[in-house]
Amino acid sequence: MATTPNAATPAELGWSPQALLRRLRGADEIAHLITFIAAATLLLITVLLVFQLWTHSAESRAKFGWSFFVTKTWDPVAGDFGALPFIYGTLVTSAVALVIAVPLGVGAAIFLAELAPPKLSSSLTFVSDLLAAVPSVIYGLLGVFLLVPVMRTTIQPALKSTLGFLPLFKGPAYGIGFLTAGIVLAIMVVPFVLSVSREVLLAVPRDQREAALALGATKWESTWKVVVPAARIGIFGSVFLALARALGETMAVTMVVGNNPIISGSLFSPGYSIAAVLANEFSEATGNLYLSALIELGLVLFLLTFVLNGLARLLILVTTARGSGVLPS
Amino acid sequence: MSVRLMWRKSLNAFMLSLTGLCALLTVSALFFILGYLVWNGGKDLSWSFFTHLPAPVGEPGGGMANAILGTLKLLLLAALIGVPIGLLGGVYLAEFGGRTVPFLVRYTADLLNGVPSIVIGIFAYALVVMPMHHFSTLAGGFALGIMVIPTVLRNTESFLRDVPRALREGAFALGANKWKMIATVVLPAASRGILTGVLLALARVAGETAPLLFTAFGNRYWSPGWNQPTSSLPVVIYTYATGPYEDWHQQAWAAGLVLLGLVLLTNIMVRAFLTRGSAYERT
Repeated sequence: MATTPNAATPAELGWSPQALLRRLRGADEIAHLITFIAAATLLLITVLLVFQLWTHSAESRAKFGWSFFVTKTWDPVAGDFGALPFIYGTLVTSAVALVIAVPLGVGAAIFLAELAPPKLSSSLTFVSDLLAAVPSVIYGLLGVFLLVPVMRTTIQPALKSTLGFLPLFKGPAYGIGFLTAGIVLAIMVVPFVLSVSREVLLAVPRDQREAALALGATKWESTWKVVVPAARIGIFGSVFLALARALGETMAVTMVVGNNPIISGSLFSPGYSIAAVLANEFSEATGNLYLSALIELGLVLFLLTFVLNGLARLLILVTTARGSGVLPS
Repeated sequence: MSVRLMWRKSLNAFMLSLTGLCALLTVSALFFILGYLVWNGGKDLSWSFFTHLPAPVGEPGGGMANAILGTLKLLLLAALIGVPIGLLGGVYLAEFGGRTVPFLVRYTADLLNGVPSIVIGIFAYALVVMPMHHFSTLAGGFALGIMVIPTVLRNTESFLRDVPRALREGAFALGANKWKMIATVVLPAASRGILTGVLLALARVAGETAPLLFTAFGNRYWSPGWNQPTSSLPVVIYTYATGPYEDWHQQAWAAGLVLLGLVLLTNIMVRAFLTRGSAYERT
């Protein structure tokens, strides 16, 4: 917004009490102050969030130090806690999700941004936005009663008989496990990849497409060799964003991952994730050390998503000059 | 036609239809989910589902009136906490801010929006449940309220920015000072968009389960007042779906249908009607 005549910038606001009082004589300054307090509350909440996670995990941090991240045991009775199986499970399920969701989401985004007539494109985008609004517990519900049986009886045996020579697809088909959780996550994050990728593709100037077509490129060549590379950084941004979502997703994973702290190279194996162990054990945690270890897991999850989100938004900001209103809420 | 050109043309057709297939797969997921829920949950929906307490395991009938009321109470609290802060903060960003503070707030809002909901639950646990020493509706509402703030704030800001400059200048020309200009001209002009954002934010947190697990917890009975654990639709769906009883599973489908219907209807209504025909759309 352009500065209006009597807009006061923070630089003009004095910070001494007298200067503040002087500034508060007019109604404008009072409105300024009230709205500023509201905006500052958001910053305060975020700082407080970090502070709470940090202080409440102090006991666990002091006792286990860095070995917390490389220890496999999780034994509440003996008071011995290690985060490795949870971190492993979180990363594996998210990786499976990305392998499925990124090609699907980017492909669909290319269709919506480049090929579909505007009317069709906007109505399909509407449907995708609705898909993003479906509560995660609903995905979990469908996962438990629909996907798990199908995985156990059909998909996992099929994978085993065709790709069973890979260590990824070994072991008994339980239905639950890393692969199932990854598939549910993939369906959940596709709308995010789609909507952000579509935005950044649409932000590529029309001239570039026309120049490629004028040189004799086919529609696909202009899209794949000109438009997609131009939007590349933003598409990476959408991938990071989807990854951050997948890492922190709780309910759907909790319901299908098997909730068993196992580290296994096979995607058929049951596992656990950081968010899932928090959902299952937090309200029943007895003893300060147990609670503190769980909160430290929360801190790890927070830091992971914080960094990824920051990175994602930076990348999207770089590709779309305006950088706002892009993200689905 | 040379071989190479034929190759290029068929690659073109193949890849383009592949992207179309991706889009089809993605959007059909929604219809599939909706259809499956209606098919499984529809037959268990009855009037008593909305008016009765859960029946003991093994007994037929029973409803989820307490969970529905619990969800509404949590949403009310979330709105009371999240909307004023988000709204006023958005006004600050769009109308008063300079350069550094708004940038910082905007960036923090986006990051807070991306924080996993279960971590927000831990925050509410540490801040509300620990000092009170018990689970409560209040704690759950607080957690959801925190999640509402960033969305409302960013949305309010972007709609305020879309209000044309001429309107502001008109207000100034009539002698209004700034807060009057904002309160009587800019906010009403953007009200439709702002309301959209608020409703979408509430629809989103209505389906949140993770932050409620250890804040609002759950309750088989009514939860009088604001100070006791309360049941809520998403948590009931989770508990029932992972429980061992066939009755529970059926009830979970019905509750899932109600929750999904609530969320999707809000989204569709808001997006289709409130945003259409706004007089101040960006051109």
